Amino acid sequence: MALMTGASPTLVAGVPAGHYSLGGALRAEWTKLRSVRSTTWSLVATLVAILGIGILAASTEASHWAHASFEDEVTFDPTSVSLTGLLFGQLAIGVLGVLVMSAEYGTGTIRATLAAIPNRPLVLVAKAIVFAVVVLVVGETLSFAAFFIGQAILTGSAPHAALGQPGVLRAVAGGGLYLGALGLLALGLAAMVRHTAGAITTFVGILLILPLILAALPSFIRDAAGKYLPANIGAVMTSVRPSLRSAEFPSFAPWTGLAILGGYAVAALVIGGWLFTRRDA
Amino acid sequence: MIEARGLTKHYGDTVAVDDLSFDVRPGQVTGFLGPNGSGKSTTMRMIMGLDHADAGRVTVNGRPYRHLPWPLREVGGLLEAKAIHPGRSAYHHLLALAHTNDIPKARVGEVLEEVGLTAVARKRAGKFSLGMGQRLGIAAALLGDPGVLLFDEPVNGLDPEGIRWVRHLLKRLAAQGRTVFVSSHLMSEMALTADHLVVIGRGRLIAEMPVAEFVAHAAGQFVRVRTPAGDEMTGALVRAGAHVTTEHDGALAVTGMTAQAIGDLAQARGVALHELTPLTGSLEDAFMELTHDSVEFWGSGSAPADGSGAPAPADGSGAPAPAAAPAPADGVASPGAAR
Repeated sequence: MALMTGASPTLVAGVPAGHYSLGGALRAEWTKLRSVRSTTWSLVATLVAILGIGILAASTEASHWAHASFEDEVTFDPTSVSLTGLLFGQLAIGVLGVLVMSAEYGTGTIRATLAAIPNRPLVLVAKAIVFAVVVLVVGETLSFAAFFIGQAILTGSAPHAALGQPGVLRAVAGGGLYLGALGLLALGLAAMVRHTAGAITTFVGILLILPLILAALPSFIRDAAGKYLPANIGAVMTSVRPSLRSAEFPSFAPWTGLAILGGYAVAALVIGGWLFTRRDA
Repeated sequence: MIEARGLTKHYGDTVAVDDLSFDVRPGQVTGFLGPNGSGKSTTMRMIMGLDHADAGRVTVNGRPYRHLPWPLREVGGLLEAKAIHPGRSAYHHLLALAHTNDIPKARVGEVLEEVGLTAVARKRAGKFSLGMGQRLGIAAALLGDPGVLLFDEPVNGLDPEGIRWVRHLLKRLAAQGRTVFVSSHLMSEMALTADHLVVIGRGRLIAEMPVAEFVAHAAGQFVRVRTPAGDEMTGALVRAGAHVTTEHDGALAVTGMTAQAIGDLAQARGVALHELTPLTGSLEDAFMELTHDSVEFWGSGSAPADGSGAPAPADGSGAPAPAAAPAPADGVASPGAAR
């Protein structure tokens, strides 16, 4: 990070000119993120989920392809299959996003953090930037890895995709972007809720429980509201042929979906930041 | 220099800090004394901009904490023991803090050395004892080499050697011309380290005076007198130049006259004495005396009576005053502290 290379003034000179700034806050947040094991474990869990489930899904499709029905053959989306693991990886990313904020409250370090940087929005912005960069790098890497591994498995026994085909690159890159937006949503939720368990429950509720509740409602509500669910937006973003899913329920176009999901994350961060500033630490 | 003016903080219906005004000056250790739950921690959090005051203001070096350009280089605070991620090492905890205020990395090693944690600096802090956690908190406070230092109950959890180390450190920091503000609920601890005292009870200022003055006041002897002719005796004593206060059970607490002189006076007037006991107050008695009302009527919602100057309403004889009644837990006074 270019922001990490500022010459440090010496203490001997007393209090230097200027003001604490985003650069220092970013370096601090990066130090905090990389110095706890929960970060490593969350990212390892993300890796295992995305690659492991992706391999499993691709292998299953490859071995069953010979017996696939006509309908299955028509709707088969090899890119989406190889990215199946994102459904599980998103949970680990969400947990990490929550911990970035809630661990400060759980351990009491929030007071040291705010004593050092009294500008609370700046603290939240620094956390969001550092975390987003980490998730995007990890998410994109894993998304592309899962795609290539998945296609290698499918090759020979079933149709497979290549990055040059229409929509494939968008779907694979969309996997990392989806994780980034979800991670920031989790971070924003944690800024609102402050407790690890509460924030994770809320996050999981939005991702997994809300679709179940919606499924139980009349179809006109389901069709109107379903496309706004983060999980559905993610499914569309990581599919090459999302139009085939429209038969099941209406959905937004991939980039529109990403914008909406990003909107959720920004809204959560803004509300969380507002509460963060108003409340006692 | 810390200046608080009319600081007030409510938690729901509970008044944690009530119209509190005081100054903390550089070059001396100022003790912040009060029973548990009297609002010390809340006040310190307000000084550092962590809690919002409902009314009043507090400045550090003439500015609200939030407006300090490099907070860690001006103010160091130890607010609670072991406020560190158990999975993070002491080194990384301090390094992250150093980054925020552009403090050179080398300084992290220096403060770790100063508090004696160098050997365990890379270990996960979850394994730290309470005392080690306190030392790490002190290291964090010293990190920016600040001119103003706040320590909330710094000797909690320390062994005798650690307590001596903290006392020495506080005095040394003050001798260097820094502003040192240290809270405690132990008068004896303050008598050893502080030069000046800010005493609060139920969030209100009870006394602000040099420790020497407080000690002199505390050491002042008084004589307890019981007599069926209380009014007559009081009048005679006051005319003779003594200061008389009536204790809760009707006994008279007399200062400014020896027991012998009081006995002679009583005999001269033909007044019967049922008790004539010379008593010496201890520092703890004086503290209890000052804060007694603020403790005893805890939670009644009534305004605390002005307890200053009233002798301890002792029912024993020179034993610690009954104000040693259990002090409310910290959480009662400042729910924020429990979070």
